[in-house]
Amino acid sequence: MSVLVIMEQHNGSWNRMSWEALAGGIELGKLVGQPVSVAVAGSSVAALAAEAAGKNVAKVYAVDNPLLAQYTADGFASAFEQVVKAVAPSYVVFPHTYEVRDFVPKIATRFKQVLVADVVAIKAGPVFVRQLFQGKLNADFKVAGSGPCFLSIQAGAFRADGLMAGSASVENMAVTLDAGAIRNKPEVPFRESSRAVDLTAAEIIVSVGRGIKEKDNIHIVQELAAALGGELAASRPICDSGWLPMERQVGSSGQTVAPKMYMAVGISGAIQHLVGMKGAKTIVAINKDENAPIFEVADYGIVGDLFEVVPALIAEVKKAKG
Amino acid sequence: MKIIVAIKQVPTRDSQLRVDGSHRWIQEGDLTFEINEPDAYALEEALQLKEKHGGEVIALCLGPSRAAQTIREALAKGADRAIHIEEENINGIDTLGVATLLAAAVKAENPDLILTGLQSDDFGYGQTGVVLAELLGISHGTIIMQVEKQDGAVRVKRELEDGWFQHMTLPTPALLTIQSGINKLRYATLMGIKKAKTKEIKKLAASDLGGPGAAVAELDSVYAPHRTKQAVIFQGDAKVTAAQLVEKLKFEVRVI
Repeated sequence: MSVLVIMEQHNGSWNRMSWEALAGGIELGKLVGQPVSVAVAGSSVAALAAEAAGKNVAKVYAVDNPLLAQYTADGFASAFEQVVKAVAPSYVVFPHTYEVRDFVPKIATRFKQVLVADVVAIKAGPVFVRQLFQGKLNADFKVAGSGPCFLSIQAGAFRADGLMAGSASVENMAVTLDAGAIRNKPEVPFRESSRAVDLTAAEIIVSVGRGIKEKDNIHIVQELAAALGGELAASRPICDSGWLPMERQVGSSGQTVAPKMYMAVGISGAIQHLVGMKGAKTIVAINKDENAPIFEVADYGIVGDLFEVVPALIAEVKKAKG
Repeated sequence: MKIIVAIKQVPTRDSQLRVDGSHRWIQEGDLTFEINEPDAYALEEALQLKEKHGGEVIALCLGPSRAAQTIREALAKGADRAIHIEEENINGIDTLGVATLLAAAVKAENPDLILTGLQSDDFGYGQTGVVLAELLGISHGTIIMQVEKQDGAVRVKRELEDGWFQHMTLPTPALLTIQSGINKLRYATLMGIKKAKTKEIKKLAASDLGGPGAAVAELDSVYAPHRTKQAVIFQGDAKVTAAQLVEKLKFEVRVI
């Protein structure tokens, strides 16, 4: 009976969400009264395993295999299926990354379980809290079944800075992988745009979302950004529609920004967007729906029609600047 | 190329959602419904692949009787036929159950490719596609931005985090979960809408497919999220609220 946290790394560097998943796993361990161990897989992960063993955990399993040097769903599903079988935990905790979404449902299925994905909080029971409808509602989930319970932790749901130091032992765990059984042939990852716009350096960002309705309306938000002396950014649907270039996209698939002020105009605040801007010092939201999730992270907000509010704001900003 | 597209019907995006009396779901009576957005992109990708390489596009949907409208729209856009697994209460079925039913319906069809959206806008589990691939024993790719047909394989562009991408080749049959924005959605034409009326919709019940099995993950209650941060909210006349906000920006946030 234990909690096993599976941490993610790429080429010897942690995915930083892994530490938040560990914090979530430790919280769960306290709730269910079970020890927490960690597993990390890849090629040459000894240094990472040692780093994880410096945290307040019971044990770290290091899974080293040349076939895990590059991520594949088949390779990782097989490796961690073996790890879960060997460790036999009651709970298996992952960070909710693109990679986890790609291979963990396979493992859960092999144990006749479901991945309780994108968990934002854990309550006694344990009860897992997930968001429904892009963050508009929350829901409590309970898990039954005989296998271990699989869950993934949403970015920012648990704080990694509260992790305590410790000295766990590292156990090397061998897995058997068959190169012929890895069906996906991945190529080298690449970045597409030259990123002429570096939003990460901007002090003020004014960002536009679906609420703008049409491409021809974007100029009003651009004028607001100009009046405030900020950069113009956008949520994913705007860039998907080709209304603004991809390089202006903020969110999990775009840039992650932490400006002095982030103003979200007509953005509802789906988690994929929030992870890209939650770090802003001040968040201002303008949205017609007072229940939009963006107001949950906002410091200031105007509930109203952006087509009335934005022109009024431009005028007021200009007046204030003299 | 025989392509199955798994689609879901969800409440329209702007819906005002209210929790129902059971506290286990939302009041659906006054809502309108539409195709789950990423599934619309999956359908479009399937139609474009068919136009390029020939073959057949089959829309597959698990949903209540009202989902027939969304299926009809998929046929109007160009899907050749559809399979509707009609089940009134799908919210009690977890992702493993959903994928089990879809897998049972897919098996008889032997498709080259299965496409679906990367996640649903309602439950947002983002795993039905992967579980379906696992149950069928076929390869899969998630969060796909481009699909290129090869001999007995597809080469796809996967989206990774932070603006990174990766190409990957996988043998067919394969399942791909499609990211929104991969293509430009088409509208149904009048001719398409007319034709859709004559296209086949095969109706199945969950029980015809062996049932979903007992749910492992159970939704216990639904509620509005608690605000962790209390925002200062201005509401009312645009001019007044704009002036109130600008004052805060000037004297508290100090960005003006």
